[in-house]
Amino acid sequence: MNYLEIKNVSKSYGMKKVLDDISISVPQQSIYGLLGPNGAGKTTLIRIINQITMPDTGQVLLNGNPLSPKDVEIIGYLPEERGLYKKMKVGEQAVYLAQLKGMDRRDADNKLRHWFVKFGITEWWDKKVEELSKGMQQKVQFIVTVIHEPKLLIFDEPFSGFDPVNVNLLKNEILELRDKGATILFSTHNMASVEELCDNIMLINKGEKILEGKVSDIKQQYKSHIYEMIVRPFKEGIDVPEGNTITAMENDRDGNVHITVKSANSNELIRSVLDEGELVSYKEILPSMNDIFINLVTANSSNS
Amino acid sequence: MKIGIIIQREYLTRVKKKSFLIITFLTPILFAALMFLPSILMLNSEKLEDKRAIAVCDESGIFKGKFEDTDANSFIYSDQDLDELKALVKEGVYDGVLFIPATQLNVPTSAELYSQEPLPMTLTSHIKSNMKQAIEHQKLLASGIDPDIVKSAMGTTITLQTVRMDEVNGEEVEKKSFGEFEMIFGLFLAMIIYFVVFLFGSQVMRGVIEEKTNRIIEVLVCSVKPFELMMGKIIGIALVGLTQFVLWIVLSLGIYTAVTMATGTPDLLSNGTVMSEQVIDAQQITEGDEMLKEVMDVVHSINFSEILWCFLLYFIGGYFLYAAMFAATGSACDNETDSQQFTLPISIPLILAIVCSTGIANAPNSSLSIWLSMIPFTSPVAMMLRIPYGVPYWQIGVSAAILVLTFVIFTWLAAKIYRTGILMYGKKVSWKELLKWLRY
Repeated sequence: MNYLEIKNVSKSYGMKKVLDDISISVPQQSIYGLLGPNGAGKTTLIRIINQITMPDTGQVLLNGNPLSPKDVEIIGYLPEERGLYKKMKVGEQAVYLAQLKGMDRRDADNKLRHWFVKFGITEWWDKKVEELSKGMQQKVQFIVTVIHEPKLLIFDEPFSGFDPVNVNLLKNEILELRDKGATILFSTHNMASVEELCDNIMLINKGEKILEGKVSDIKQQYKSHIYEMIVRPFKEGIDVPEGNTITAMENDRDGNVHITVKSANSNELIRSVLDEGELVSYKEILPSMNDIFINLVTANSSNS
Repeated sequence: MKIGIIIQREYLTRVKKKSFLIITFLTPILFAALMFLPSILMLNSEKLEDKRAIAVCDESGIFKGKFEDTDANSFIYSDQDLDELKALVKEGVYDGVLFIPATQLNVPTSAELYSQEPLPMTLTSHIKSNMKQAIEHQKLLASGIDPDIVKSAMGTTITLQTVRMDEVNGEEVEKKSFGEFEMIFGLFLAMIIYFVVFLFGSQVMRGVIEEKTNRIIEVLVCSVKPFELMMGKIIGIALVGLTQFVLWIVLSLGIYTAVTMATGTPDLLSNGTVMSEQVIDAQQITEGDEMLKEVMDVVHSINFSEILWCFLLYFIGGYFLYAAMFAATGSACDNETDSQQFTLPISIPLILAIVCSTGIANAPNSSLSIWLSMIPFTSPVAMMLRIPYGVPYWQIGVSAAILVLTFVIFTWLAAKIYRTGILMYGKKVSWKELLKWLRY
């Protein structure tokens, strides 16, 4: 079942078309990656879901119903540009922002204290935000985003500004939130985290959707039939049957040969190699999301 | 209601600030100090110092016995010559020597005062006025005129009572008026409105810019509507302003009563000014009392409850109108320096009204005054200047209706600009751009 559905949304600012007929479906309890180069229209799309801007045409459905003003209380949004009131105390501020999301004061206070303990920042409750380090502020901002237990979470570059330890902490939190039932929209340039976290992705460029689907399907779709083999040869040199091209061959210290082959028929390749030597390992090299991203975006940009 | 939460935050964060507390508590104290200190210092210095002995070396011989001793000064008439007396000043016998040289033809009009220590103004002016009195007396006697007659002739005062004929409910009512008082009162009210609009209007702008520059705005607008955010800020700051005013009034009254109780001088203020005159004659006092009585008459004739209602109406209307414009300005700018190009055109109408204030107060029913009190951008100031003189109800009604209508329209327009502006960064915004935002 799709929790969030965007149907044929378009938006223009003056003459400039920022979003052109975008449709996406985000299944419930999944992590959906929103990818695209800078200025592709991701932020506008996120703002439309947040009801900060209205689409010119098209519709956004949340849990099957059109967005209503009340829905802001079940959405949590972590914007790319983080910001808190610098002169306000951390705890006071977090309570205020939680109240704006419809929580009552006492409930907000209790839950926040629980999160502050979890993130090990209890002693910062009464400090002013300007006294905090950047990473600390990011943690506070993350807590503020998830405190009202939103059904839909939108993270825009959630890992920027974090050290590797905290990136890990955050990743686990995000996965935990999903397991507890949240649907997550995740916008980032960090392709490694996309592969790690996302179930589905959409790639947009210049306001147009150029790719959508399951991460595993997309990798299959864009695979270039390249295999890496490690072979212990019986004699000097290894030959591959016609139709296969060796793109790289290297000997290592143990006398094994590492071969990268582009092959149309994997089985035939293996059969022939078995006669040449002992097959130590064999695997298909799938393209990384990073490669797919760069290829598609550059191709799309040069087309238009 | 979320707007309530926003108002609460805007109010509490500002009221809890150290600068707010300092300004609120220090302003009345400073103000009181400015009013009271000079007279307190003057009184005390006179009392604290030892009596000064001034030797009078009068070659003309007319001034013997003419100098009155005061609390701080005593005059000793001496027959020794100037050089001997100067030597005595150096020895410390006298604090100063007043030398009045003899003149051949006329009565002397100049004198010299020698001393080692600087002598206070009160002493020199005391000497001058005593000499003047003595010489005037001398001259009048020489011309064969009785000085007492002249004194009473010079003391004649004219009181001109201006009475405005008015008709209330078909009955003729005569209202005493007192131009100066009404003018000062009107100016006072107009200045308050002017300051409030700029002081707190620019606070609204700064608040908007702050939220924009520290980027919290994006978090806020995904929780509440931009309109609620803007109105919450405007109302919250209005409450801060009201709190500050109430505290100022309470504190000023408190300080005033405390000081008067402590020093036991109820009219310390008037004392200060009278001190320099030194001469208080009985006639002046009764005159002053009469004037006070007249002022009180006029004060009673002014309809204070009507003025209070009008003041509140124009105070709130004017503040909201300008605060909405300032909020829109803030939303269009990335920092305060950028905002200048918009704040000046916005503030010109109000500045214009202040520039015209004396003109309006002098001719409260001229066409200029009436027009300025109808145009919503100037009416809060212009109407306050006219109101103490009495303004027909229909004019107040029309002007207030225009003000309220404009403020509703402008808040609506400002909200549209605000909604777009708060999410725009790094764009040098022009007036044309702002008009475009109105259509988004």
